[in-house]
Amino acid sequence: MKAAVIVFPGSNCDRDVAVALHQSIGAAPTMVWHRDTSLPDLDLIVVPGGFSYGDYLRCGAMGAHSPVMKEIKKAADKGVRVLGICNGFQVITEAGLLPGVLMRNRGLKYVCKDVHLKVEDSQSAFTTKYSVGDVVRIPIGHGEGNYFADDETLKRLDGDGLVAFRYCTPAGELTDDANPNGSQRNIAGIFNKSRTVLGMMPHPERLSDPKLGGTDGRKMFESLVETLS
Amino acid sequence: MKAKVHITLKNGVLDPQGKAVEHALHGLGFPSVGDVRQGKFIELTLTETDKAKAKSQVEAMCKALLANTVIENYSVEVMD
Repeated sequence: MKAAVIVFPGSNCDRDVAVALHQSIGAAPTMVWHRDTSLPDLDLIVVPGGFSYGDYLRCGAMGAHSPVMKEIKKAADKGVRVLGICNGFQVITEAGLLPGVLMRNRGLKYVCKDVHLKVEDSQSAFTTKYSVGDVVRIPIGHGEGNYFADDETLKRLDGDGLVAFRYCTPAGELTDDANPNGSQRNIAGIFNKSRTVLGMMPHPERLSDPKLGGTDGRKMFESLVETLS
Repeated sequence: MKAKVHITLKNGVLDPQGKAVEHALHGLGFPSVGDVRQGKFIELTLTETDKAKAKSQVEAMCKALLANTVIENYSVEVMD
């Protein structure tokens, strides 16, 4: 699997996700600077977490218009898998690769903690190592992760099975208390129509090694390697 | 030529910052404050000299970058 990690000024999870990818692939991913106007031949593009362009104007808004984003859109159109994590989710949503928007958390505060997620799909390249209904523990760290979309979009996402993960209790219940940021329908991650683009607020790379305290996130990278190699 | 852009959250979109400001104002002894909605104000200087053209240019900028029309409305005012 040939993977690249996009680096914006203000990205701060680019190295973390590169380490996780390196472990699962057995080779280092290519790091691509946001000003680059061409991409190598790739199977996977990761848009990492952080605070690209200092979250100026709106989180993800400036990154969505960076030079490399045109190339990412072209690659996504060809079916190259795109994974947007946290700020990466905000960026690819602003860029129109996914519907909706990530708003300020309901409680206004930055929330940094482990959360539980209910896995809603095991068919995509990102999720083959999971089973539908699995409850996994993955960390979040964001101030703007409150997923919002209009009712029509939410109905379509649910109707077409495009919600990848939802915030839940450790027992797998989708309660309001388990929702850390006010996201509609407890949505933590969504796919595009073809399930080739995944955006999610939680950070799988932060629990992808026993030394980090857990490996629930590693299955995502292993799924990608299995599907795309 | 100058343009003033007001960006506001659409009706029905929760505005937790506005709510926090509302509660703070109540706490400071302003009970008459009703709903508070917070937005953005952006001022642009333009080289365009035709008012109508300037307005349509700034509206295009709003759609492309300045506002996220999933959750935000914008209004543009152009002046000499």
